[in-house]
Parts: sequence; structure tokens; C-alpha cells
Amino acid sequence: MNMSRHIVTSFDDELKTISARISEMGGMAEEQLSRALEAVATRDSMMASEVIANDDRIDAMEVKLEEMTIQLLALRQPVAKDLREVVAALKIASTLERIGDLGKNVAKRAIYLNESQPLKISSSIVRMGRQTQTLVAEVLDAYTVRDTALAVSVWKRDVDIDEMYNSLFRELITYMMEDSRTIGLCSQLLFVAKNLERIGDHATFIAEMIYYVTEGKRLGDDRPKGDPLGELPLPEHF
Amino acid sequence: MQDMEMQPEVKFSARGVDVFYGSTQAIKAVDIDIEDRAVTAFIGPSGCGKSTFLRCLNRMNDTIDICKVTGEIKLDGGDIYDNEVDPVQLRARVGMVFQKPNPFPKSIYDNVAYGPRIHGLATTKAELDDIVEQSLRRAAIWTEVKDRLDAPGTGLSGGQQQRLCIARAVATAPEVLLMDEPCSALDPIATAQVEELIDELRASYSVVIVTHSMQQAARVSQKTAFFHLGEVLEYGETGKIFTNPDHEKTQQYITGRFG
Amino acid sequence: MATTVDMTALSAQHTSDAANRRSKARHWAEWRLKAYGIAAIALAALALGILISTVIGKATTVFYEYYISLDTRISVTEAERDRLRDPNPRARVGMDKVARNAMVAKVERDLNRTERRDLGRLLSTDAGLELGDVVKADMGLIGQRLLYPALLDDEVQMYLKGGLGKLIDAGTQGRLVLKELGDEIQLGFEPGAMEVAREGLAKQRANAARAARAEAARQENAIAATRTDLTGASEESRASIQAALDSFMARRDKAVEDAQRLQGLADDANAVFTLTNEDPSVLIRMSGGWLKLTELGPTSARAIVMEPLDILGSADAGDWNAEYLARPEISRNLNDRQVVWIETFKRSGFIFAEVNTRLLSVSDSSNAELAGIWGAMVGSFWTMIVTFCLAFPIGVMASIYLEEFAPKNRLTDFIEVNINNLAAVPSIVFGLFGITVLISGVKLFDVQLFDGLLRAIVDDPRSTPLAGGFVLALMSLPTIIIAARASIRAVPPSIRDAALGIGASKLQTSTHHVLPLAMPGILTGSIIAMAQALGETAPLIIIGMNSFIQEAPSTPFDKGNVLPSLIYLWNNNSERLFDGKTAAAIVVLLLFLIAMNALAVLLRKRFERRW
Repeated sequence: MNMSRHIVTSFDDELKTISARISEMGGMAEEQLSRALEAVATRDSMMASEVIANDDRIDAMEVKLEEMTIQLLALRQPVAKDLREVVAALKIASTLERIGDLGKNVAKRAIYLNESQPLKISSSIVRMGRQTQTLVAEVLDAYTVRDTALAVSVWKRDVDIDEMYNSLFRELITYMMEDSRTIGLCSQLLFVAKNLERIGDHATFIAEMIYYVTEGKRLGDDRPKGDPLGELPLPEHF
Repeated sequence: MQDMEMQPEVKFSARGVDVFYGSTQAIKAVDIDIEDRAVTAFIGPSGCGKSTFLRCLNRMNDTIDICKVTGEIKLDGGDIYDNEVDPVQLRARVGMVFQKPNPFPKSIYDNVAYGPRIHGLATTKAELDDIVEQSLRRAAIWTEVKDRLDAPGTGLSGGQQQRLCIARAVATAPEVLLMDEPCSALDPIATAQVEELIDELRASYSVVIVTHSMQQAARVSQKTAFFHLGEVLEYGETGKIFTNPDHEKTQQYITGRFG
Repeated sequence: MATTVDMTALSAQHTSDAANRRSKARHWAEWRLKAYGIAAIALAALALGILISTVIGKATTVFYEYYISLDTRISVTEAERDRLRDPNPRARVGMDKVARNAMVAKVERDLNRTERRDLGRLLSTDAGLELGDVVKADMGLIGQRLLYPALLDDEVQMYLKGGLGKLIDAGTQGRLVLKELGDEIQLGFEPGAMEVAREGLAKQRANAARAARAEAARQENAIAATRTDLTGASEESRASIQAALDSFMARRDKAVEDAQRLQGLADDANAVFTLTNEDPSVLIRMSGGWLKLTELGPTSARAIVMEPLDILGSADAGDWNAEYLARPEISRNLNDRQVVWIETFKRSGFIFAEVNTRLLSVSDSSNAELAGIWGAMVGSFWTMIVTFCLAFPIGVMASIYLEEFAPKNRLTDFIEVNINNLAAVPSIVFGLFGITVLISGVKLFDVQLFDGLLRAIVDDPRSTPLAGGFVLALMSLPTIIIAARASIRAVPPSIRDAALGIGASKLQTSTHHVLPLAMPGILTGSIIAMAQALGETAPLIIIGMNSFIQEAPSTPFDKGNVLPSLIYLWNNNSERLFDGKTAAAIVVLLLFLIAMNALAVLLRKRFERRW
């Protein structure tokens, strides 16, 4: 925020509070994701259960943030950057809530995975997870300091997640074709990977929001994306 | 939104307008094109020159001895500051509504009929009656006053008075309506009525409104000009100005960060 | 800045003892101020009350006027008959003789020349003329008997109103014995029967004694002063100083002697008073006639006959009555005989009072009982018309120009300052200006305005309402301009904007909107200026509007008079009746002023609008 302060200082305070709440919520979502991945990596069902239980707090925070932004819209009638700020906060809050949900979902899958034989491929999933987590962390940092460049870099690097997902997808399909007993397990892993890919997309959405807040424009539609269907290995009997 | 696709017709075209009050310069090199059949809002902090510029458009500044206007203001291509132009005739073409509702202390009918009378717009009483009725209808006040046209205009409520003043301005069949903070003395309901009226008037006139209320500018205008220290810092689509203004000062002003 | 005061702790100060003391002092100061204000207003109200009550009290004395009902027989000479036939109302016939004969007939005895003259003087100077007017209006009256009410003389009016002192009933007690003694009549009465008159005389003697003593003291001072002069005087002047000293001493001695004698009379219960015309009159009314005492003892008196008695004999209590008039004959214009006649006529019911409409309907006259204010009212009316017609349009046009059209520069500022200064110029200066410009103008430069019409109409503009109006217009102009400018300025600029904004020209804006809205204020200011002009005297005296003019001016070009200058004129008159008439004229003037101010207030209340 390189702008001077509002004449009404309590307006500034309210905007700052919303921003701080977003950061706090982002931190929490990031934490949830991190712990869910931890649960997958270490096969820790206890931790997974904790993650599931913690999701309610994120939901509550979202509700709280939504109330704050709506009140601010009604009472302060913000325009221009202030308006973008508030609208972005509202959207980012719901995105973060979704990230939290996806994290919870990963944790749920982790409990199932922990009950079966460990698979080699799990480590690839965890690696992809760590990468996603990094994006989320970076985009949240970018939000805190309104760093457009960092946000754009996050936005561009989502393609890596997509590609990792595509390769994991192909790998898991191969597994399942080779050994039909692994279909259950692999499909769980596929869901985990899909969740992580979605989290990456949400991070790019947050990056777009950051760009919109500071620049007043959309980041555009030409985001580099991996093509999941291009090199899909089809089963032979198809 | 159909308007925006058509090539907008320019009503007023100002180029390099400077206004001096004695030795102080109130307006500096203003270039602006005001579109026909659209509402243009002038916003800006107090003393920024928006009212002064508005009053240049119908040469109301002529009544102030020390006021001097240079540059070029064209109405439909003709320079209104040309020596040939009679300011009295110009003001019949460019109507004005003021900050405070200022009906004449006469009957409602006489208020509206005054302009047509002095400009000889009606030859018979029936014609005059018709002009009065049409004007009052256009100002959306006909139903409220049609039964008491002989009542004094000053006895109406503030909002009704302002709509009466608009009817009075409309009655001289102007092409442009200038409004200098027309709602600043009105309550929110009356303000809403006048705003609704302005939106309707847009179909027939070019409306220029000076306002201190940015929400009002945002609500009623299609184009907004931001005045600062006698200059137009930014002029563009209202939607753009209020979501993503180009100029830092505009941003600071409309978000309430000025000074 | 370093903070040394804890502001939050200061709040406690407001409830401290010091604060209470301050508050008490404040209340006391406020109370005092109010008391001063009320006292000032009370004082002003008192002054006003005294003024009003004095004026109205005096004016009520001329509310009625007195007439005597005459039983006349209208007879005219040929010359008079011709004049009566003359249709010109100015050809008046004075039927004084007819009126006088009717008066004489009332006395029912032969009168000598002096008595006839005295009797005639009871009537107003114009009584005969007015009778003539009645006859002129109805020629059929000639040769007929006519019961005609004739106006009484101003002194008689004054006497009847008690302005010369009243005839006091000095009572009747016991038997009054009359004895003829040559020209005089000897009266005998019970002791104490004439007590009222005797007390009055004793008091009068005591006052005279006091006056004599004061005179003696004054002479004593003169003697002392002259003696000192004498000691240092040269031989030549010594003789004349000695002569002066002697005369002073003689006068002192006489004064001392008089004082002793008079005091003796005053103190002596059995004193015998000799009555001269410097003493109060003591009259005896009995048997249809009147006696006047010339000497009054404790039980006896001498008298002369004023009006013959029916029977010259004694009378019992109730059949005679003593009357006492404190004012000595010498200090009134009616002698005792005239008083006796007036009293007789009054008692016989011939004298009656009527509401005085004459005051308002006739013009000035040198005879107090005939003087009225009509001419002055008409003169004031014409003067006001001229003033208004000159001052109002000029004032309004000047104000409109200055407020709406004139550029704001040093010249207009200068004009503005001078208009304000003009309002403070003493009114008499305008009179001088008027006489210089107008009168010298017409006289010296032979004004040829309107093809010499003006010159023809006003040969000599002095004393005309035209000249008065001109001068008063000059005087009222600044007031009107200031009031008009103030009310034009009070019209809000928004109205001008509104008119200009729909394409009205500056002239249309001024005439259609600004002027009509400012008009009530302008009229209010103008009426107040007019009221001021109506009461103005000084400049009119300068241009000669205080001359004695007996006819109401029929145009502004005729010589005339105005109310305030008439008041000024009347106030200088010696006739007592003019006092009352002056007060009445003041009341009328005040009524006009109040009416004009009320109109101004009404206009303001009715049409004033606040923005």
C-alpha cells in the first residue's frame, strides 16, 4: 500500500484489519495443507484427523471476514482501489476457505492411504504437495506486501503444478493398468493429486486478485497451462 | 449501453480555457468535450474551479466584473465567446439550475412561463399553457402541482422547488442543462427524485452537473471530469473513474485520501 | 510543544468554589445590566408619557368651541344687498351691526358707547362675516328673524374654558342689607358671610406684602452698592450718585411702608379692604342683577351696580350670592362687566359648546378663535406630493443603478460615501441650498422651463409647496437611497441568477424581479423619509414657508404653509387660545406621523420576506 492515508482514519484501520485477517486465514490454510501433506508423508492418521477437525476454524474465519467486508461495503461505500481491495478480500477469503477444504480432503484421503500398503509413488505426491504449498505461501506473502511481481511469478509457476499433476496422472493410470488391485489405492492418490492441482489453481486466482487490486486490471487469460489430455496413455483395449 | 457503441456527438468543445478573477487564475488550460444526450459530471475538491468552468458554459461569469475568460468554448461548433454572440440568447440555449432551489416568489405557472414569455416562445395563452405543462411533466412534477398552478412556487418542498427550477430551465427549450450542485440543499429522497429526473432528461439534453457527492456523480453521469486546482486532471467514463482511475490524485480524491 | 497542563484535570475546575463565585458575580452583573436597561426604558417611557399627556391635555381645551345663540333680525342696506347677490364667494358681507344689535337686545337695557363696545367684543371678529355668509347662502332670510349661533371671541372662549380663572361661588350666608348711598350702595351682612372673599383678599395682601418686602430688600442692596460707590467717587459724580441713592432710599421706604400696611391688612381679622382693579373681583349676584364690591369690611361693604337689580332691597340667604374671581381685572382682557354678561348669558342658556370642527376645516387667522389648520394640512399635502414625486423616482433609479449596474470602482465608492454623508447634513443646510438654487434660479436666470410655463406659474417660488417639496426631496433623497439600496441588496443573488440563467437581460432581471421584491422595503423606507419630511421645519422656514397665509393653496404653485411651521407660528402667538390650538395641531401632526409609520410597519409586516 503505497497510498497516503484516508482522511477518515478508522476507514484505514478497518481495511488493515481485513487485510490482516486474510493473512491470518491464509497462514492457517497453508498450515492445514502442510499438516495434511505431513500426514500423507509420515502416514500419521492422528495428524490427519487433527487437520480435519481444524477445518471448522477456517470456515468460521471466512464467515467473520465476509461479515466484515459486507459491513465495510455498506458503511464506507468504497470506490476505486478501496473497492477492489474489499472485493478481492471477499473473494480471497472464500478461495482460502476452499483451499482449507481441499487440505481437509487430502487429510481424509491420507487416513485411507495409511490403512493400505505404502506405495512408491506417494513421495511424488508429497513433492507435488510441497510445491503447491510453496505457491500458496508465496502468494500469501505477495498479498501481504501487495507484491505484483511475486504474484505474477506464482501465477506463471502454476503450470509446473499442472505438469506434475499430468505426469502423476499418467503414472497412476499406468499403475492401475498394470495391477488392477491397486485401483482403489491409486484412485485415492489421484484424488489427492487432483486436490493439490486445484489448490494450485486457487493460488493463481489469489495472484490474479492481487494483480487486480494493485493494477486495477485483470491478469488476462493467457496463463501457461499443462494439457492433461495431450499425452494421455489410453488403455489398449480402447 | 447502446450509446457507447454509437459515435458520441460533441455538444460543447472547450480548448485551452483559462479563467482569471482579477489576477488569480481559477481555470488553467481546460480541454474538454461534452457529449450530447449524456450526463457529464464535474467533481473535485472545493475551489477547484468546477463551478467556475460550468458558469463559463453559459457565460454567467460575464456578470462578474473582474472575471476574464480566454481560450475557446464551442457550442455546436460556434464560439460562444464570440463578440457576435448575445449572452442572453446563449443562456436561453444553455439552461442552468442552481445549488439552492431559487424559484421566483411568484406562482408555479409564472415561474415556468417566465422564460417562454421573455423569449417569445408562445404566441397564445394555449401555447403557453402547453409549454408549461410539458415542462412540468418533463421535470416530473406535473402530477404534484397540476391542481395548484396558482400557488406560490416558494411554498413547495425543497425537492419540488428544485424540480420546479428544472422545469423552468426546461421551459425555454434549451439544448444543454447546466446544474450547479442541484441536490446539495435537498434531502436524500428529493435527491433521488432529482437524480431520476436527470437520468430521464439525458434522453433529450446534454446535461452537465457539478456535484460534491461522488456517489451522485457515479450514479447519474456517463462521463466524469475530475477538476483539481483549476485543471482537469482526468476525464473519462464514469465507470472507469470510479473503479480504476488513471490519475493518482483522482484515486486519492474519490477514495477520501485527499491532502 | 511541551505539555504543562493536564487538560483532563481541568474539568474539576468547573465545580470549584472559585467557579461558583465567578458564576455568582456573572449573575449579579447580568442582573445589574438588566436593571439599568429597565430603568433607562422607564425613563424614556416617562418622558414620552409627559410629552403626550401635556400635548393632549392642552389640545383637549380646543376640543370644544363656544357659541352664543343670537336672536337676529336680518336687515341689509342696498350696498350690502348688492354684495350678497355677487356670486363670487370672496365678496363677503360683514353683518356686524345685526349681530351686535342682537347682543344688545339680550342685555335688555340702554347701554352707553363703552358698554356697547365691550359687549360687541364678546363676539368673534368674524361673527358678522359668518352671519353674512349664512344670509348670502339663503337670501330669503333678509327681513326675517333668525336664531343664529355666533362664535365667541377667543378671550371669552378662554374664560369659559377656565383659562382666565373661574368665578368661584363665595357663598351666601344670612341676610344682606342694601342701602343706597349716592352712586354707591352700602351693604351690611353677618360677620363671616364674606369669609371666602376676605380670605382670598387677605392672602392676596400677604402675597403683595411679601413682594414689597422683596422689593425693599432689592432696594437695600442697591443702596449699599451706591454707598460704596459714593465713598470713592469724585466730586463731579458725587451729586448724581447721591441723587440715585436718594431715589433708592425713597423707594425702599415706600416698599417697607407698603409691606407693613399690606401685612397689617392681611393679619387683621377686621381689616377693611379697598378693592381696585389690581385686586381680585368680588361680585354679588341678586335680584336679576350684579353688584361689584369696591370696599370690603368685616360686616359691611361698598359696591357699585354692574347690572341693575330688579328691586334695590335687602335679601335673605339664598336670594343673594357672592362670587369671587381671583385674577385681577387688570391682568385679563375681559373686564368685570364683560364677565358679568358672560355669566348672565351662560346662566340663561344662551351660550353653548360645540365640537370644534373649525380647527380642521379652516385656515390660519390672526384671531385665535378663527384659526384652523386646514390650509397647513393642504400645504403639507402638496409639499409631500412634490417631495414624493421628486425624491422617490430619483432615489429608486439612483439605487437601482448603483446596486445593479454601476461598476464597483473608486468613483462609485466616492458617490456612496457622499450619499451617506448627505444623510447626516443638518436639514437647515438644505433650506439654504433650496433658496439659493430654486429661488435665485427662477429669479436671476429667468428659468424658461416648459416654454416659460414654470416661470409663469411660479413667479416667486418662495413659500410655495413646490419650493418646500423640492427642498424636502433633497433632504429625503439620501434616506430613500440608503433604504432602497439596502432592500435591493437584501434580494438574494439567487433570484438574479435564476433570471439571468433562463436568459433574462439585466434590465429584465431588475425590473421583473429585483425591484418588485425590493419594493416593500423601498416603500417602507420612503414612507419613513416622508414622515421625517412631514415633520421638518427648519429648511421650510428658510424658504419662507412659515409666513402667515390665510388660504389653503389650491396648487403646489400657490403660497402655502405646512403643519410644523404653522405650529411654530402659533407657538409664538400671545393669544392664550393659541396654546390649545398649537397643541391640537401637534396632535394632528403626530397622528399623521403615527399613521405613516403604521403604514410603513404594516407594509413591512405584510410584504417583508426573509431569505
